[in-house]
Amino acid sequence: MIERTPLLNIATHLILLCGLVLILTPIWLAFVAATHTLQAVNSAPVELWPGDQLWPNLREAWAQSDFGPKFVNTLIVAIGVVAGKVTLACITAFSLVFFRFRFRMLIFWMIFITLMLPLEVRIVPTYAVAANALSPFQTILDVTGISRLIQAVSGIEVSLEWNLLNSYAGLILPLVATATGTFLYRQFFLTIPDELVEAARMDGAGPLRFLWDVLIPLSKTNIAALATIMFVYAWNQYLWPLLVVTDRAAYGMVVVQLSDLVPDQMTTGGGTPTWHLAMAATLVVMLPPIAIVILMQRWFVRGLINTDK
Amino acid sequence: MAEISIRKVSKTFGKTTVLGGVDLDIFNGEFVVILGPSGCGKSTLLRLIAGLEEISAGEIAIAGVVVNALEPRERGCAMVFQNYALYPHMTVAQNIGYALKVAGVARAERQARVEATAKSVGLTEYLDRKPGQLSGGQRQRVAMARAIIREPRVFLFDEPLSNLDAKLRVQMRHEIRRIHNRIGATSVFVTHDQHEGMTLADRLVVMNKGSIEQVGTPAEVHDRPASVYVAGFIGSPAMNFLPGQISLVRRGVLLENGTLIPLAQMPVLEDGHLVQLGIRPEHARLTPRGRGVIEAQVDMIEDLGAQRLCNLMFEDMPFCVLIEARPPLPAGTPVGLDIPAEHIHLFDAASERRIEIALPLPVAAPAEALTG
Ligand SMILES: Nc1ncnc2c1ncn2[C@@H]1O[C@H](COP(=O)(O)OP(=O)(O)O)[C@@H](O)[C@H]1O
Ligand SMILES: [Mg+2]
Repeated sequence: MIERTPLLNIATHLILLCGLVLILTPIWLAFVAATHTLQAVNSAPVELWPGDQLWPNLREAWAQSDFGPKFVNTLIVAIGVVAGKVTLACITAFSLVFFRFRFRMLIFWMIFITLMLPLEVRIVPTYAVAANALSPFQTILDVTGISRLIQAVSGIEVSLEWNLLNSYAGLILPLVATATGTFLYRQFFLTIPDELVEAARMDGAGPLRFLWDVLIPLSKTNIAALATIMFVYAWNQYLWPLLVVTDRAAYGMVVVQLSDLVPDQMTTGGGTPTWHLAMAATLVVMLPPIAIVILMQRWFVRGLINTDK
Repeated sequence: MAEISIRKVSKTFGKTTVLGGVDLDIFNGEFVVILGPSGCGKSTLLRLIAGLEEISAGEIAIAGVVVNALEPRERGCAMVFQNYALYPHMTVAQNIGYALKVAGVARAERQARVEATAKSVGLTEYLDRKPGQLSGGQRQRVAMARAIIREPRVFLFDEPLSNLDAKLRVQMRHEIRRIHNRIGATSVFVTHDQHEGMTLADRLVVMNKGSIEQVGTPAEVHDRPASVYVAGFIGSPAMNFLPGQISLVRRGVLLENGTLIPLAQMPVLEDGHLVQLGIRPEHARLTPRGRGVIEAQVDMIEDLGAQRLCNLMFEDMPFCVLIEARPPLPAGTPVGLDIPAEHIHLFDAASERRIEIALPLPVAAPAEALTG
């Protein structure tokens, strides 16, 4: 439904403007804070206009947070999550939509249910698995008595261990193993006409060939949308990296580093809070997600509204 | 030996039986049209041949090889779909050449064959376009080219013309027949449109509710329909049916209201056998009131341009007659009807199967002037 009356137009624009102000004000204040000295930021009337200290503040924040290697780390994790997610979601949706196998609907619903269990909800068991990725198998062996059997026969004590703490795998895998992307793909795959699938079969294309030659090119916009969402999601991770990485020097992520700059009782030790540095760092950390969104915007929007068919 | 031989093939989806024991032989180079109303299982039969559905029971052999367990690509069939099923992201050239690409044909050869095929269906100028930039007829051609390029033994068509407008449909119909004649492969064409069926087919297969009613040349099916169903389905406007019983004494069919319609030759049946008498609208003749074998009333007249379709009522039953003249016949006018014996079809009332009457040599029908 598209209504076009001048009054409605003005109202719509007013609402949009309010939203814009609401969103931009904090960013503006952060930017302003990042351009002043420690004294100026902490003096009584809040500064509303930028000062001249942006560059020194940025340098100071960058150095204090050791952002160089941390940006590399975060980029690796974010790209890993995007690549893993795009691939995994594509393959799972492919099998759910185009193959008929036993328990298909059961598996579908199991994946669906995981939508209701985000990482934050199952963070303790996930941590346990990350500490030893093979522990589920160990449990199975123990419960079924196979490990005791092996020990009795060979004298070897079975103890499987694969520690994912302090590793890129540990950072990436739990973020990949979610259902969101699967659904995005599934909805799109369901719109592919049966005839197209059959035409490919008649042309001699096997399932993987069909996936590669037809489905993936057709889902380009969906892939772009999913990649954008997942990149921002991975980039902004805080809780999981905080938990799984103890070796911060080697595997620290930017958002965790950023939180260290935010002044609290512990970091300042009663000194003057360094808001100018925290805000400068915030600006830097925000840049990659913004860049990605701007870069992918055209694709991204098309992928989400799914029109051109 | 038959190119495609279908033996007692049935297909069930869950508990519903869509095809129940179909037997059919299709010969090499033949153009066979499977004709039937929507939902009778035509597409299913075609898809069983193609290998897109699994056969529930029975056996299909192509070129002497039982193909029940073979993948579509191993059967040597190409298919043209109703909605074209072109790959939307590929250009026309890529669409046409995709099967060759999958088969691993070298790029140079592929390109040459794509160009030759495109030329043969008049698509040369459109090779770089995407399907979305083509008209319906052009998309249809791409779909055809995609089938032709594989040089299949068998072409399968599933209502390929039903999305085109009337004029283009006739044009593409001719083109399909020309391509068939040129290539000489076997073609199986599914349609619900009897004109398409009659004009395209070497042999027609008329289907009804999952089984085959009749197989024959279009002329055979039209002139000697094997059942009431086929008689009513083939021919437009549809055949008229009058229920009655055989009267051996009076040498004809006695209708329910006591009217006798004389037959030229009596079938070998006992007296009083219940039958359906069929007569095509183009064979019945209007006569002035009282001069025909039955009396009817005009309901309405439809002008088809070249001919007039007189919708009459005979004892609460509709009855159609096709005439050349433009008689002034307002609704309610009583008229007579002549039912020429040589054009009468008889069907058993119980089994609805055709009853053969040995026809005498056709006699010249008496010329009868029609006056209102
Ligand atoms: N995959 C399917 N699952 C269940 N029923 C089906 C399936 N395909 C076709 N049918 C049923 O089989 C019958 C015949 O279908 P179809 O062969 O497409 O008919 P036609 O092509 O003659 O219109 C229809 O009643 C249809 O509902
Ligand atoms: Mg059909």
